[in-house]
Amino acid sequence: MRESEQTAYYLARDIIRFLHVDVVLFLLLVVLISVGLVVLYSAGGESLALLSSQGVRLMIAVTGMLVIAQIPSAVLRRWSPWLYAVGILLLLAVLVAGEMGKGAQRWLDLGVVRFQPSEMMKLVVPMMVAWYFADKPLPPRLVGIIVSAVLVLLPMFMIAKQPDLGTALLVGSAGIFAIFFAGISWRILIGMVASGVALAPVLWHFMHDYQRQRVLTLLNPESDPLGSGYHIIQSKIAIGSGGLFGKGWLNGTQSQLDFLPERSTDFIFAVFGEEFGLVGAVLLILLYTAIIFRGLHIAVYAQDTFSRILAGSLSLTFFVYLFVNTGMVIGMLPVVGVPLPLVSYGGTSLVTLMAAFGMLMSIHSHRRLLVH
Amino acid sequence: MARRQAIKNHGLEKAILRHRVIFAVVVVVLAMSAVLARLFHLQVVSHEHYITLSTNNRVRLEAIAPPRGMIYDRTGVLLADNQPSYILELTPAGVKDMDDTLARLGKVVELSELDLRRFKRALRRSSSFQPVPLLFNLSDEDLARFAVERHNFPGVEIEARLGRSYPLSGTMAHVIGYVSRIDDKELARVDKTNYRASTHIGKIGLERYYEDILHGKVGFQQVEVNAQGRRLRVLERQSPEAGKDLVLGLDASLQAVAEGAMEGRSGSVVAIDPRNGDILAMVSVPEYDPNLFVNGISSKEYSALRDDPEQPLFNRSLTGQYPPGSTIKPLMGLAGLDYQVTWAGKTMYAGPYYMLKNDERKYRDWKKTGHGTVDLDKAITQSCDVYFYDLAFKLGIDRMHEFLDAFGLGKRTGIDSTGEAPGLLPSRDWKRRTRHQPWYPGETLIAGIGQGYMLATPLQLAMSTGAIAMHGKVMKPRLVKGIRDSRTGEVKALPPEQVNQVDLDNDAYWKQVIQPMVHVMTQRNGTGWWRAGRGAEYTIAGKTGTAQVFGIKQDEEYDAESLRRKLRDHALFVGFAPVEDPRIAVAVIVEHAGHGGAEAAPVARKIMDYYLLQRLGINNKSAAKEGT
Repeated sequence: MRESEQTAYYLARDIIRFLHVDVVLFLLLVVLISVGLVVLYSAGGESLALLSSQGVRLMIAVTGMLVIAQIPSAVLRRWSPWLYAVGILLLLAVLVAGEMGKGAQRWLDLGVVRFQPSEMMKLVVPMMVAWYFADKPLPPRLVGIIVSAVLVLLPMFMIAKQPDLGTALLVGSAGIFAIFFAGISWRILIGMVASGVALAPVLWHFMHDYQRQRVLTLLNPESDPLGSGYHIIQSKIAIGSGGLFGKGWLNGTQSQLDFLPERSTDFIFAVFGEEFGLVGAVLLILLYTAIIFRGLHIAVYAQDTFSRILAGSLSLTFFVYLFVNTGMVIGMLPVVGVPLPLVSYGGTSLVTLMAAFGMLMSIHSHRRLLVH
Repeated sequence: MARRQAIKNHGLEKAILRHRVIFAVVVVVLAMSAVLARLFHLQVVSHEHYITLSTNNRVRLEAIAPPRGMIYDRTGVLLADNQPSYILELTPAGVKDMDDTLARLGKVVELSELDLRRFKRALRRSSSFQPVPLLFNLSDEDLARFAVERHNFPGVEIEARLGRSYPLSGTMAHVIGYVSRIDDKELARVDKTNYRASTHIGKIGLERYYEDILHGKVGFQQVEVNAQGRRLRVLERQSPEAGKDLVLGLDASLQAVAEGAMEGRSGSVVAIDPRNGDILAMVSVPEYDPNLFVNGISSKEYSALRDDPEQPLFNRSLTGQYPPGSTIKPLMGLAGLDYQVTWAGKTMYAGPYYMLKNDERKYRDWKKTGHGTVDLDKAITQSCDVYFYDLAFKLGIDRMHEFLDAFGLGKRTGIDSTGEAPGLLPSRDWKRRTRHQPWYPGETLIAGIGQGYMLATPLQLAMSTGAIAMHGKVMKPRLVKGIRDSRTGEVKALPPEQVNQVDLDNDAYWKQVIQPMVHVMTQRNGTGWWRAGRGAEYTIAGKTGTAQVFGIKQDEEYDAESLRRKLRDHALFVGFAPVEDPRIAVAVIVEHAGHGGAEAAPVARKIMDYYLLQRLGINNKSAAKEGT
């Protein structure tokens, strides 16, 4: 290596260290976001206005990620219980406001910005569980599991009551993943899953009519082709007609001719499948999987209990996003309001997701270097 | 550290986590494999099936624009209507050779250069599957000719839409405003779902102010279409909810009379019902045809309107700010009485000018010889400036500001329309804030005759005159007095709104100012008698005004004829009638016309005559008959 190249190399390394950026994760995210903007341009009917407003949100989200990456995980740990307490209070405020407003209520209007407390709980609940287990001997004992389960279920039910099933699902799974990585014994885990399945009829009882309808529609979409089955039928036609190589960018008839509803938000994966085919879809899913695996890699190399649990949980939550959304679009899972992470149009989940990646980067870049 | 080690076993923890991560990796791989397997099934195994479904896809969800609410005057005359209009649209994806298609289309229907240019511009901006309008307002002939040739034009469609039309065109332009095509900025402001099928939005005036009420709620339909996207039949439909209609307090015939009275001049007329603040007529001349804006005005037509020196696009009634001139004197008289700096019957000698102590300047009266001995009555009747210089000096600017402010001058009235200007009621505080200068006593004198910094809109003048008529009841002006449900025909009346009640120390003060205003119109030396007050069959109270126009801007082109005109004073008049039971208050401004009594007052008389005699049937004779 010539001297100048070497200098450049060291400079780059120093900058990366200084910014606390994980290069692998960062590059994967950049590729995903770029692909997302390309698809969004097509899905949004070639609207530059849509694209630029998503661009602004991305800018905010990436800045948020970089800021959070600077915060050492020890600090994040210390904040956890306070953030959790604030989150619960805010959820309570939303519920009270919802009672008075009579109807669905997810937002808190703070005058300047509208704020969705349930979104923040996607990060805060795994942080809280990780904080709880941080100084306890692991694997946890029964008492620990019960306490942590309460920490997860309380906000989860509050969110489900708003009602926002999609977010409740993501918050709940984030918490359960944290307990899972803490080392809960398989027997208890299987017992919990089994009782969850047993509780399904109870959950059914609490569901709103439109939520039940979605489940029924999933089981037999053709039964109601003009009502709630319309989404699933159209999205399956979009993907299926894409074939191996797709119809080409901007040429998906299903999406461009307005057959496909919500094509720039929750159903954007169908646009992708139609225009880029199986080959494109496989590559996209590999890209997502690589990001998940990088997150799990960070969990494995994390240096304390809090970081390990948090990193593992956040990575798997990202996986749940991906799985629930793609599963819904291809008609494997019911229609739940979960966006395709980092690709769907919309700002709230974008900010949360990038904040989670900021935490992963912080965990990885603040490690003390070990002498080999 | 040692104790911690005994409790926490880091080695074990790491091992557990490693195992769990391996398990998680397996789950992720399995789940993603399931997704990929499903994708393989959809995209490869069943591809043929889905590609057939896709090409035969027949069910499309379409938004239906709601019909916009109508606008009626108080008697039910239609002021804003929806007319069916046919649009020729091209869907680029369905057209094989665009240039060839356009050339052939030109032989079937008439296409101008402008149409083609506009179409090509729109084409660049839209996606290839979106229909782009080529021609608006197709005639029946065009429709018939195209219908025969339709099979030769794949991707070309006729669309029926409801288009806004303003049957009274210019007469109502400044009252109603207009709708025009939605632009991106407006689209960002409204609820996108609700405007999915809407092409137009209210831009100014009532159309803008009441946009939410007029627009209605979007409907949806699922239609069966063929491969080219041509509609075959409607499968399911959720009808749109029509916008609500507006019922105005305005009288369209009175508006036409007012417009006729202003024929050939520039200016404004505002007539209100002082009891409830209803606008009866609101004219700003010259006018423009709002229909031009609905489907996009050509740039040539637009620049002609914009560059017209008489400014037809400018809504003088709400946005025009004029020095009120002598029309401020009745209010000044009331202030003088209420603060007891003058009283009825108190006389002074009014020479040709007024002077302040320690000030060389002579504040001149309009009458070169002076008015001689005057009291408040004579001062108002003959519009004596010197009397009001003296009154203003004794009141001081602070008390004047406080008193005039109570009548709504110097601030927006809050009328239900767009573009209202606040006018200007000067004060010490205002001058310090905006000019960083102290208030000079001489400026108080000038303000006392409604000149100097003071500015008011014609609407403000009409409203404050109405407040005098109603002995201090200051109403909020309104154009719309009811919202009509277009389905049931039920009208929800909006309650009138009183914004202030001016209470004077002595109720007799009102009479002591209104009576001189009657003398303006009835006495031979009254400024409004000769041209407007003579022979009225009901009692009018009025005040004329002549507002000086200051300075010509340096950069304005010199043209002797127009310069002479532009330096001429504005003619003003305010008044109300009948005095015993006020039903109408009017403010008239004729720009650069000269004397208010000669030029503005006759306009008001015509309006009052028509409204009171023909519309309401009120006159002294009928009152006398009722009496006997």
